[in-house]
Amino acid sequence: MVAYIVRRVIGAVLLLAITTMVTFGIFFLVPRLAGQTTDQIAAQYVGRDPSPEEITLTKRRLGLDDPLVVQYGRFVKGLVAGTDYSYGPNTEFCPPPCFGYSFKYQRAVWPDLVDRFPVTLSLAVGAAAIWLVAGVAIGVLSALRKGTVFDRAAMITALAGVSLPIFFTGLLTLAFIRPEGVVFVPFTENPPAWAGNLLLPWVTLAFLFAAGYARLTRATMLETVGEDYIRTARAKGLPERTVIGKHALRATMTPTLTMFGLDLGLLLGGAVLTESTYSLPGLGKYAVDAIRQNDLPQILGVTTLAAFFIVVANLVVDLLYAVVDPRVRLG
Amino acid sequence: MTAPLDVSGTESSARPEAVLQGAGRQAIEGRSLGQIAWARLRRDKVAITGGVVIVLLIVVAVLAPVITNVVGGPPDKFNEELIDPTFSSPKGSGIFAGVSWEHPLGVEPVNGRDVFSRILYGARISLLIGFLATLVSVVLGVFFGVVAGYFGGWVDTLISRIMDVFLAFPLLLFAIALVGVVPDEAFGLSGNGLRLAVLVFIIGFFSWPYIGRIIRGQTLSLREREFVDAARSLGARSPYILFRELLPNLVAPIIVYSTLLIPTNILFEAALSFLGVGIERPTATWGKMLEQAVPFYSVAPLFVVVPGLAIFITVLAFNLLGDGLRDALDPRGTR
Repeated sequence: MVAYIVRRVIGAVLLLAITTMVTFGIFFLVPRLAGQTTDQIAAQYVGRDPSPEEITLTKRRLGLDDPLVVQYGRFVKGLVAGTDYSYGPNTEFCPPPCFGYSFKYQRAVWPDLVDRFPVTLSLAVGAAAIWLVAGVAIGVLSALRKGTVFDRAAMITALAGVSLPIFFTGLLTLAFIRPEGVVFVPFTENPPAWAGNLLLPWVTLAFLFAAGYARLTRATMLETVGEDYIRTARAKGLPERTVIGKHALRATMTPTLTMFGLDLGLLLGGAVLTESTYSLPGLGKYAVDAIRQNDLPQILGVTTLAAFFIVVANLVVDLLYAVVDPRVRLG
Repeated sequence: MTAPLDVSGTESSARPEAVLQGAGRQAIEGRSLGQIAWARLRRDKVAITGGVVIVLLIVVAVLAPVITNVVGGPPDKFNEELIDPTFSSPKGSGIFAGVSWEHPLGVEPVNGRDVFSRILYGARISLLIGFLATLVSVVLGVFFGVVAGYFGGWVDTLISRIMDVFLAFPLLLFAIALVGVVPDEAFGLSGNGLRLAVLVFIIGFFSWPYIGRIIRGQTLSLREREFVDAARSLGARSPYILFRELLPNLVAPIIVYSTLLIPTNILFEAALSFLGVGIERPTATWGKMLEQAVPFYSVAPLFVVVPGLAIFITVLAFNLLGDGLRDALDPRGTR
């Protein structure tokens, strides 16, 4: 077990290193490959219509003419140890974890990310809870009532669910259920208002995923109830509730968990769309606004954070795997 | 001591000649895998409906200029006289405000462009990007999947790890960031041509692991089959085995999973357009129509419903056809 955990943690750290490289590469290598000059890159760090002096100054301050390896080193150093940013007359120390400094708004990126994190976290956790419970429950019921009206209706709804874009269902709920829109109320301030406002975004986001989990659970369940050990459990005279709830359901946990690990990335993408649809001030909305403003440090910061989150969450999923399926620990 | 065989049963009463006669009247046909699959698919009404809808969509998209000549008019023509100046929404009351014989699906808020024409022209972008991006993912996915599955060892480990990482990442976030950093002029292209190429490449590039994993799995099992051993013992080299022996056996999963990848890619394009990083104005796309609908969802709900339904129907049709194809071509598949 310990060896398994150590192996996974080392893998996660390696992945983090690669991730920062890829993220960094997107923003500093791709534009160069596409033929952008360092002047044009520097222009993205300052306000609209910058003067040539401003650009030269920014270029020197950011060291954009340095080799990419050096720039990457600086980026990592900022994340780990913090770094100094000079804007105009002053120099500001950006403490670790320094996710960059937006020259357009003259503010560090990290505090903004921290501000917006609760919104995205609330959205993601609530939606994930709803879709896991609903998806697995519908899948199990469908499998137990295979071929009935309920099964057919559930599977048709599931197919419709994966075909509906979040931003469409979101706008529909806004147009026909809650025309006044939703606002984010922090959980610590007023839990009922928090849940009441987030209910529609949760359901919208969860609907898309619940469909996939219902289909998966149904398929696994149908396979499992044909297994010998289920017949043995029934032959022992165990009540059906125990056979399904304890023996069969356990087998559907592993594929569900695998899918959940794979879906975390999609969940963040879904959060971007949901936040844009409902105008919720979360990390996804922040990323979209940053891209519209072409504010490179903000985009780089939020993508790096998202990548970090995914790596850590996948590590947690891997460790949960070992708890759910003992074979994993030995393998 | 075994019981004597009971030969007086009804089964044996049919004379062998009768069986032969029956066979003689209806000649035994050898049916290829494709024919069997087609026969199965034809019985699947739902999948056929999906296929018919797709064909109709393609026809409508191709004929968009002809159709809009009759109804709707040019997609970029402003009809401000149909817009209520105080609310910027189409004149009229109720959900069907703005609907008329000339504008069967109503007009856009603010500038009054015809929704029907824009939906038809939007279909061109959706389908074009959906198909081309899928082509990119299929080429990449099949290549890396076959290579990983066939060679195994460290090649397989490397490619599989890359696919895992890809699948785990917030692709939408990376994609919007990437579209954002590509400058206005690059690779000798500019304007919407460049945008289209960038979108096709990015969507295709981020979707290849879905198909890569499946092809890898299929290759792993095909690799152990006798015909591969036979080819190798006759002196065939790896490229020959890969492309002449393995690839033809992978046609069924490739068809099935490409059909299922097209709707994913159409949704991906719509999402990018919705977030404002798709094809640029004034070209109509479904995702962008929904983006424009955001401030008007309460005054012009029809403008939310129409492009949303267009996306939904298209994506659902591909999903239904893909599910049907999977059942027809791969009966041992997930169901």
